Amino acid sequence: MNYLRLNINSREIKVKPGTTVLQAAQASGTYIPTLCADPDLKPHGGCRLCIVEVKGMRNMPTACTTIVSEDMVVNTETEAVHKERRSVIDLIIADHPMDCLTCIKNQRCELQDVAAYLGITERNLPRTIKQKPIDDSNPFFTFNHNYCILCQRCTRTCDEITGVNAIEIINRGYNSKVSTFGDKPLMESICKSCGECVARCPVAALVAKNSIMPTSKIETTCPYCGVGCMMELGIRNGKIVSVEGSRSSQANNGRLCVKGRYGIADFVQHPERLVQPLLRKSNTLIETSWEEALNIVAQKLSAYSGDQIAVIASAKCTNEDNYIVQKFARSVLGTNNIDHCARL
Amino acid sequence: MAKIKTSKLSAGQRTVFLCHGTGCVSNEAFAIRKAFEKSIERLQLTDIKVDFTGCHGFCEQGPIVFVQPEGIFYAHVSLDDVEEIVYSHFRDNKPLERLMYKDPSSSEIVPYFKDINFYKKQRHIVLRNCGRINPERIEDYIATDGYQALQKVLFSMTPHQVIDEVKISGLRGRGGAGFPTATKWQFCHDAPSDKKYLICNADEGDPGAFMDRSMMEGDPHSVIEGMAIAAYATGATEGYIYIRAEYPLAVNRTKFAIKEAEERGFLGKNILGSDFSLKIHIKEGAGAFVCGEETALIASIEGRRGMPSSRPPFPTQSGLWGKPTNINNVKTLATVPLIILHGGKSYSQTGTEKNRGTSIFALTGKINCMGLVEVPMGTKLADIIFDIGGGIPNGKKLKAVQTGGPSGGCLPANMINLPVEYEAFANAGSIMGSGGMVVMDEDTCMVDVARFFISFTQSESCGKCVPCRLGTKQMLNILENICQGRGNITDIDLLQNLAQSIKVSSLCGLGQTAPNPVLTTLSYFRDEYEEHINDRRCRAAVCTGLVTYSIIAEKCPGCGLCIRECPVQAVTSSGKKKPVILDQSKCTKCGACFNICRLGAIAVK
Ligand SMILES: Cc1cc2nc3c(=O)[nH]c(=O)nc-3n(C[C@H](O)[C@H](O)[C@H](O)COP(=O)(O)O)c2cc1C
Ligand code: SF4
Ligand code: SF4
Repeated sequence: MNYLRLNINSREIKVKPGTTVLQAAQASGTYIPTLCADPDLKPHGGCRLCIVEVKGMRNMPTACTTIVSEDMVVNTETEAVHKERRSVIDLIIADHPMDCLTCIKNQRCELQDVAAYLGITERNLPRTIKQKPIDDSNPFFTFNHNYCILCQRCTRTCDEITGVNAIEIINRGYNSKVSTFGDKPLMESICKSCGECVARCPVAALVAKNSIMPTSKIETTCPYCGVGCMMELGIRNGKIVSVEGSRSSQANNGRLCVKGRYGIADFVQHPERLVQPLLRKSNTLIETSWEEALNIVAQKLSAYSGDQIAVIASAKCTNEDNYIVQKFARSVLGTNNIDHCARL
Repeated sequence: MAKIKTSKLSAGQRTVFLCHGTGCVSNEAFAIRKAFEKSIERLQLTDIKVDFTGCHGFCEQGPIVFVQPEGIFYAHVSLDDVEEIVYSHFRDNKPLERLMYKDPSSSEIVPYFKDINFYKKQRHIVLRNCGRINPERIEDYIATDGYQALQKVLFSMTPHQVIDEVKISGLRGRGGAGFPTATKWQFCHDAPSDKKYLICNADEGDPGAFMDRSMMEGDPHSVIEGMAIAAYATGATEGYIYIRAEYPLAVNRTKFAIKEAEERGFLGKNILGSDFSLKIHIKEGAGAFVCGEETALIASIEGRRGMPSSRPPFPTQSGLWGKPTNINNVKTLATVPLIILHGGKSYSQTGTEKNRGTSIFALTGKINCMGLVEVPMGTKLADIIFDIGGGIPNGKKLKAVQTGGPSGGCLPANMINLPVEYEAFANAGSIMGSGGMVVMDEDTCMVDVARFFISFTQSESCGKCVPCRLGTKQMLNILENICQGRGNITDIDLLQNLAQSIKVSSLCGLGQTAPNPVLTTLSYFRDEYEEHINDRRCRAAVCTGLVTYSIIAEKCPGCGLCIRECPVQAVTSSGKKKPVILDQSKCTKCGACFNICRLGAIAVK
């Protein structure tokens, strides 16, 4: 593998060909502010925050769209660069509700992070913000256009990751906004409610309903189907209060579908959820021990054999469980009559 | 090698040519042509032909009727005039003076096209066929040496030689930035790929510009031939003409021309029997200014929202569907056949050292003769405005010239000797752009002009990047405040800072040039800004918020016209034959009274 050498802020680093300046900086521990960049999405170059100075280049290019070339000399921290970055944030802040204290994204907001990094503590330009509508049609998340900074992470996600293309920018100029075909509410569009966009919104424009800050996290596998998506459940007071896909999981690369992302807490915490085997005794179901339950099942199954038996497995079990079920059916019960309900 | 079957233009035969450009067509030129045909048939004037051409570029004089070979030019012809022309001019051989062109400065009648000042000082190279041939008849184009250049490159030149010839000509792109055409072609030629594209940019989004439309309507084959040559030179085998859907006439003529060219073997597989093939498609754009920008245009052809993306990679490296793509403007391509036919050297004789050839402007605003103007590069602005344009009407003084549309700037009257050159315009803070030229007189408010252009770019910004989307909004708000009398002197610095940031940090050319109208008016007409802010005064009396209307008692006989016109009852009578009274506290400054008063009894300050 050949490597390219470049110099970022007087530090020599080596990267693979095809690396962007932003990736090179991040890999070497140099922070460059961004709002539209996302590791899962193609470079966009919209927010203009990642501009840097590159020796020999006339204008200040955006680090996210500039590919490293041999012996490139990059400076990410010049006064000229900071001045333009500050003016970008000034423009966004003048067009943003200034209600951080009561905002659901407070302290998890990327706009706050960047403003803090650039030392912006007040509004420097006249307000441009106008009251914009809120799309509350989706049962799982809210789209509050007042917070939107038009970074397009959501629209690009819907195109590049989910391939649904339910949302895109409509209108032009100041009236540009993220919307659906025909500017209809989300629920009347082809949106699949997967929430991939919500997961990537840097501000409080797209937020899950009823989400509160967890105090701890648990990594687990989604129980809904056999794909085995890994997820991080946010826990507070013994209850699931948030769900995120695990980025480290190879099965889903951090992604989840509508069931995994928004259907977990209700189902896990449902009062009627079975947590113990039930045994029908004189027509009422009574909780029993696993040992007793399994004994009864084994006893009754032993009365039949071969094609007298059919087995239905569940798509809500993991692949491993289902493997065991079919093994049990074929080699213990001696039947090939095995099917599943994964046609959800 | 196949030989092109040549034909001759019907020289000598007396022909009535109706202008069938968009301007004349919207004034019933189709019906007028029919009326000519009928009338001539009824009088059995069998030796007289009726035909049509594309735009003459003098649209304000339309509908235009041009009689050849004598070269008589009739202006403002209506349906009712047809009989009179036919009887007088053709039956009685007495050209009809009443409808001949009148020079607006001298009021003299000018019977012959060749004597019209507007045309006399122009040099039609790119517009060579517009208004002269029938754009819906390929034979007409062929008769003017059409497709000879294509034949020449296909059978006697290598792509390298073609590029070299264009290099010698010094041709620079007419899409606005003036990038050397040969260099761009070379990049595309050198890019390794199994497939390459060529795009003709006919988006023409500048408000008021119509040169590309006129080219496509009046001489589509020049553009198509230019495309075929460019494709051969760069290695492209598929081409697109990106043209806005609001140009239906141009779209239809271009479609028809492509069909004619395919039938004759000038397009399609194995052109003229060579092993070069080219398929040309038309892509109708939805009419967004930003779609004239190369990367946005490509996105639009690909079916995505027309939004620019960062360069590099340049389209010549990775353009349409990720393949090397050469994009040229309509006028650039229409020039190419001439360069090939007569040699780059011959083309380079026109113009100046770094700016060869001619440039086309859409001349408009406070000027006597409006229309399309083609002049050699290096021509002084003054020559365009006064010699060709006939100067400023109503004895008013020239105040400024706006060039380059919303991306350009306002040059003050004292810079009128500036030559038409890319660098000269850029150094003055403006740009050549694709060729809008708006002349402004003393009655124009420069702050209002800046506001107008920023409101255009703001509403056309694609929304992708922050400086352009929100920065132009800030500038617009500030300018609106100033124009409404709510300005603050610190606004000037704020405007300047915002302008600078937008220029430096916007993604594409739209944002990078959007502040130009503000920056140039700030540097050449700063006193007007200060007057608006400090004195709450608009000297041109344009900004309604700063205008005061008052009654000049000596001139007002109390006729009461204005009383009826005022929508808010701010004007009242003070008795019969006595001057009316205007209540300033009620006046909304709409100007209705001022406009209706025929006695000049209302003053505006
Ligand atoms: C906002 C914007 C609008 C543009 N509009 C046009 C246009 O309407 N027509 C055009 O030919 N070029 C337009 N251009 C320039 C094109 O991007 C491109 O440079 C040009 O078509 C190249 O052709 P040329 O080399 O023949 O000049 C525009 C550029 C920008 C940034
Ligand atoms: S909704 Fe969020 S992710 Fe989408 S554009 Fe707005 S700020 Fe960006
Ligand atoms: S400069 Fe304006 S038009 Fe160009 S990409 Fe940015 S927002 Fe879009």
